[in-house]
Amino acid sequence: MSVVVDAPQKVVNQDYRWTLNFGPQHPATHTTLRLVLQIEGETVVGAIPDIGYLHSGFEKIGEHLNYNQYVAVTDRMNYISPLANNVAWHQAVESLIGLQLPKRCQYIRVILAELARVSDHLLSCGAMALDTGAFTAFLYAFNQREVLYGIFETLCGARFTTSYSRVGGLMYDATPEFIRQVKQFVKDFPKVYSEITRLLNRNRIFVERTKGIGILTKEQAINRSVTGPIARASGVTRDLRKDQPYLAYPDFDFKVICSNGGDCFHRYLVRMLEIEESMKIVEQAINNLPEGPVNVDPEERAILPSKDKVYNTIEGLITHFEVVMTNRGLQAPKAEHYDAIEAPNGELGFYIVGDGSDKAYRARCRPPSYIHFALFPDMMKGHTISDVVAVLGSLNIIAAELDR
Amino acid sequence: MVDLSGVLEQLKSRFGERSWDYSEFHQNQRLVVAAELCFSVLEFLKKTCGFDMLIDVTCVDYLHYRGAKDRFGLVYIVLNTVTGQRLIVRAFLNEPDLKIPSVVPLWEGANWLEREVFDMYGIEFTGHPDLRRILLPDEFVGFPLRKDYPLRGRGERHNFERITRGEG
Repeated sequence: MSVVVDAPQKVVNQDYRWTLNFGPQHPATHTTLRLVLQIEGETVVGAIPDIGYLHSGFEKIGEHLNYNQYVAVTDRMNYISPLANNVAWHQAVESLIGLQLPKRCQYIRVILAELARVSDHLLSCGAMALDTGAFTAFLYAFNQREVLYGIFETLCGARFTTSYSRVGGLMYDATPEFIRQVKQFVKDFPKVYSEITRLLNRNRIFVERTKGIGILTKEQAINRSVTGPIARASGVTRDLRKDQPYLAYPDFDFKVICSNGGDCFHRYLVRMLEIEESMKIVEQAINNLPEGPVNVDPEERAILPSKDKVYNTIEGLITHFEVVMTNRGLQAPKAEHYDAIEAPNGELGFYIVGDGSDKAYRARCRPPSYIHFALFPDMMKGHTISDVVAVLGSLNIIAAELDR
Repeated sequence: MVDLSGVLEQLKSRFGERSWDYSEFHQNQRLVVAAELCFSVLEFLKKTCGFDMLIDVTCVDYLHYRGAKDRFGLVYIVLNTVTGQRLIVRAFLNEPDLKIPSVVPLWEGANWLEREVFDMYGIEFTGHPDLRRILLPDEFVGFPLRKDYPLRGRGERHNFERITRGEG
């Protein structure tokens, strides 16, 4: 993690150029990351990101936990939208095994992934506004996240570290209380949403601090592997929900939000409009939630049979024992597979190498934040120190996903 | 799954049929190439077949994998943003020659991805502009995602030099 600065003789000749350490603990980095900025007066002439402060070896742990246990680690990879990570991990595992999920499970996962997107975008737009001098919008956004935490708690008992999905299903089925709360949220949210947009969209300070800052062109975005809202704000019209439909996304009517602006302000706009589209999906899904089982058939050996079957039928009892035995239970094929979902931050994929056991031989995560943070030095060139926080906020860097 | 027959035809006319091996598994379309050819195949895929985005670069250590002949498998996932075609290109490397040409000249996005593979597996990407460790400290010895590296580490945490503050 050493940091290469300019050649020494250059520094001697230009003693007006100085180095500023930004982070690793700084209120505007929001997470633990460090930037070494080369500064001339107010202008940033060089920026070197330095990461690795949170490195916790998630991929190594993934080789030692089984497919269900590892879901608890995926929560920690992205603490802003853990449910999207749960869904991404188990989607990758299920497509490796070749499991087909029941409709009800697919719908609930779509609802959760979209609520996670709303909660992620609320935080990233709110935090960006906070850093660029619009404090109120942040509080409005965070208040709505609080409501979402409440909904997640109703569903799985945890507000933050949800660990909700299982191979071939979910931890619990959605309760009527959860459905009521989501419907209530769909009804109440537009009012707060319009308040947030009214606070920011034409807020002169916010607009002037973000418009024309940190421009990313379409060619650059494609060449540098950028995905998600950041790529869409630069005119890359790609969204995995439309391009490679997974779960129940083909059933819903929604738009992919794109823009040609490519600056911080347009990244904010794309995120805000995506919230609206996500709420549309949630509304359609919760109103048409199919009845039926939420887990795959116990015969698939992926999920435990219901207690009623275990206690009252001999087949159920045998299946239960087989599922919990390490040599009879869930076994992934000896093969490699990559699958990805459109997470709030971009393409979140897992490359899983199965070796015929119940553990992954290799569990590679394609982390969108890690790839987006590599853009930072180029985006910063020629801007001032005060723009650092605007660009960081618009990239929505999540340090746990950087370091994995 | 998007049809790849046009790309395969082009590959056949450029590299012949022997040098690559195509397979499909569930939703994935995969290509295995020899390590020497890896860069030119990727270059061909980018410049002629329009695979303009590099999704991921990663590596797998096959040390304890049943039936594996090679030690390291590099994985490149490429995407054509216009047609939506996806291809996973794999190449194998063995000790002691853990070198492969870097793809940073083709896709700038490979920069940090290759640095991570170097950091975790010790694969050297020749021609990489800035090949340093990225997640681990520079003085770290060993490559933690290799299979011969234990989960609990080699005592790096316990043997950390302790700095005591002076009395008073």
